Amino acid sequence: MVQAGVVVADLAAARMQMALSLGWHIVIACFGVGMPAIVLFAEWRGHRTGDAHFRLLARRWARAMGVLFAVGAVSGTILSFEMGLLWPGLMGTYGEVIGLPFSLEGIAFFIEAIFLGIYLYAWDRLPPVPHMLSAVPIVMAGVASAFFVVTANAWMQQPTGFDVAGGRVVAVDPWAAMFNPATPPQTAHMILAAFMVAGFGMASVYAVAMLRGRRDRYHRLGFLLPFTVAAVITPVQVGVGDWAARFVADNQPVKLAAMEGVYESARGVPLHLGGVATGGEMRYALEIPNGLSLLAHGDPQAEVMGLNEVPARDRPPVNVVHWAFQIMVGIGVALLALSAWFGLAWRRRRDFPRSRWFLRAASLSGVASVLALEAGWVVTEVGRQPWIVYGVLRVSEAVNPAPGLAYGFILVAAVYAVLTAGTVYVLRLMARRPVPIAPQESDVTGEPVV
Amino acid sequence: MSLAEIMLAALWLGLSAYVLFGGADFGGGVWDLLAGGTHRGRDQRDLVMHSIGPIWEANHVWLIFVIVLMWTGIPSVFAAITSTLYIPLTLAALGIIARGAGFAFRKASTDLWQQRLFGAAFAFSSVVTPFFLGTAAGAIASGRVPPGIAAGDVMSAWLNPTSAVSGALAVGIAAYLAAVYLTHDARRGRRQDLAEAFRARALAAGMMVGLLATAGLLVLRGDAPGLFTELTTGRALPLLVLSVAAGLVSLVLLWRRTYLAARASAALTVLGLLWGWGLGQYPWLLPGVTLDQAAATRPVLAATLGALAVGALITLPSLWYLYATFQRPTPSADQDRPHTTGDDTPASGRRRE
Ligand code: HDD
Ligand code: HEM
Ligand code: HEM
Repeated sequence: MVQAGVVVADLAAARMQMALSLGWHIVIACFGVGMPAIVLFAEWRGHRTGDAHFRLLARRWARAMGVLFAVGAVSGTILSFEMGLLWPGLMGTYGEVIGLPFSLEGIAFFIEAIFLGIYLYAWDRLPPVPHMLSAVPIVMAGVASAFFVVTANAWMQQPTGFDVAGGRVVAVDPWAAMFNPATPPQTAHMILAAFMVAGFGMASVYAVAMLRGRRDRYHRLGFLLPFTVAAVITPVQVGVGDWAARFVADNQPVKLAAMEGVYESARGVPLHLGGVATGGEMRYALEIPNGLSLLAHGDPQAEVMGLNEVPARDRPPVNVVHWAFQIMVGIGVALLALSAWFGLAWRRRRDFPRSRWFLRAASLSGVASVLALEAGWVVTEVGRQPWIVYGVLRVSEAVNPAPGLAYGFILVAAVYAVLTAGTVYVLRLMARRPVPIAPQESDVTGEPVV
Repeated sequence: MSLAEIMLAALWLGLSAYVLFGGADFGGGVWDLLAGGTHRGRDQRDLVMHSIGPIWEANHVWLIFVIVLMWTGIPSVFAAITSTLYIPLTLAALGIIARGAGFAFRKASTDLWQQRLFGAAFAFSSVVTPFFLGTAAGAIASGRVPPGIAAGDVMSAWLNPTSAVSGALAVGIAAYLAAVYLTHDARRGRRQDLAEAFRARALAAGMMVGLLATAGLLVLRGDAPGLFTELTTGRALPLLVLSVAAGLVSLVLLWRRTYLAARASAALTVLGLLWGWGLGQYPWLLPGVTLDQAAATRPVLAATLGALAVGALITLPSLWYLYATFQRPTPSADQDRPHTTGDDTPASGRRRE
């Protein structure tokens, strides 16, 4: 049901542009959410124990954080433009319904940006304790901004808190819209994902360095601190993911059917591992009998709705959603195993596993968690298709009908390619700078303070 | 005042803050672009980097504040503007990316060629971005954005005399504010030579802004007669007079090297223009659309304004603290210390190579 005038290519371009800019921003945003806490912890340990390595780590990480925050801020700004540039049909009518969390997010951004300026630039102007205190608002605001923006996305999955009359929204309850049923599982899952991405991502850098033979205390600490954070969170994340899946099963049955490639409604439905959906069925999949009914509803005989219950035009693309889900869960389980390996070795010898294979796996964990993150968002967003607001507004009704969106997408994609290259280049440049043998005076002098 | 009016006032306050603070950061980039060869321009570039480094991200958030408040408070107007003006707004958004990334990358790099490359991205986009934002403002002021989604002409809405002048005016205002602010920063850093250089630039830019604003008025006369009448004979006249008077005073203050007071009067000049436009157009947001018709429902306005009021209690003192921290001279007197390099020089207050 494309509006008169909307070119199909433009709709596709708008969707790809949104997916590209969101998928880009979210990786950086995860570091914005997770990294400040890890950096602050390192700085605190440094002051507390007098171990200069910690302070050196904190300072180098803070430098990288400065770059990441800058690109995070600009890539987030383009997103707020795009909400209107690409989806005026959504924002013109429903902008006010999701405006509250975005306004609160704006406050969080202010706090983040203000204290980041102080934390990064006043490192030597402030004594240690006020300096560390200036990082606390950054930690809180980062988590808060992730929470707020995901409530807006959750509303798109479970729209509540408004009525529509005569093409305008009436009886809007912004708090009800913000605290919609999908908010708890989605925000929890996202915030944990951010800490996993930041933790595994930072640890990967040092795992690679250790594989190359640099096993001094500086690199070991640089690995251990973020890796521990991520390893502790991983089991929790798998549990929360299970909660998210049950929630989808209850509230977005079409999405669940696409995630699992279920076409016919039935009781005692098997779980599909792998497989391809063609010609209206799931083929070549490994089936675990009654697995889906059990996992989704806690009862091996529970009924699961199939895609055939809704007309073809109301179904999301099955293969994309199914495979994205498989990838996320697969990576989640693999990272769980890695964390367990680490945990066992730590309990036995207060050290991480000696095997080179552990370091090899750990050096992949950063990329893997980013992949899981992107896959999870594909499940959520593509699984919501063809709706932009589930059951209320279609994507094709929301898109900007102005001509030429496809050219805009090409331009934006080119800019993002350059931005990606620049960010990777600059971060590598910073990582390659040699660690000074004698740390800065200000990093080693001074008594333990806290 | 109704809730809708309070919301609109908050929106305009946010816009004013963005123009005064974020605009000056753009202006810093303009002067960076015009600073001359690598060696000759180095001290000026250092001063610009040094002045905007800690604060530009916070200043930038004002823009996000304005966008979000628009879609929350006047959603249909927001949709009309973004859909019709998607070309200049996309270009402005890309300019914002190039600028922020260029700034951060330059700061993080050490080789001269890298600094040149990233610095060029920063400087060039500092001109482009305010220009496109200005054309969008001109499109709205001249009534070229009709209500409805993509109802206007996507080309002529921003390719027209008013947009061209307001685009140029936006760049001029940014450059003027930046030069005025930098004179004081340079003096505080005990760099009389730089203070003199920016004083000359501020004077030139100030006269430029005056000329552009006059040209803008003349264009408006043909292009947006309603707004022109309000500005020249109606409600908005006092604000226009204020702007002209403050502009002249700021030139005199610059001439007499009273830099701190010049800051205030330069800000007043710009505020006069901005609020004059707002008042001249009020209550019409778009042709045929008044604030009351476009405003969001009451519960939304109440919740959002309540949240913003609480937020202001936290953010405004924090902002003050931020500016105060970096307007105070460092114990280690940043400006006149010898260049310090090496990897782990703290980011604070030391100049980058
Ligand atoms: C490090 C990242 C990561 C990891 C290891 C996992 N997830 Fe995840 N998942 C996300 C990162 C993520 C995400 C990117 O953060 C999503 C997208 C939207 C959201 O709220 O979280 C998501 C969404 C998401 C959804 C869709 C929610 C919706 O559409 O409303 C489900 C059902 C799951 N996840 C389930 C799982 C399960 C069962 C996992 C365990 C093995 C798992 N996830 C591991
Ligand atoms: C940051 C992580 C996110 C990622 C990676 C992501 C991913 C995606 C993808 C892949 C699409 C395209 C779906 C398709 O066309 O098939 C999409 C669409 C969209 N997303 Fe998200 N999303 C994210 C978060 C959000 C949030 C937090 C919001 C809103 C508050 C949001 C709003 C939208 C909108 C408006 C669309 C366009 C309509 C549509 O295609 O359904 N997204 N997103
Ligand atoms: C799940 C999705 C998202 C998360 C977790 C997230 C989180 C964050 C965080 C933590 C930051 C701070 C900067 C940084 O850390 O790099 C940030 C920046 C930003 N984000 Fe996102 N974001 C998400 C999606 C979005 C969406 C959908 C939008 C807009 C529609 C958006 C708009 C912005 C803006 C405007 C900024 C810049 C703020 C500044 O200048 O400091 N974000 N985001």
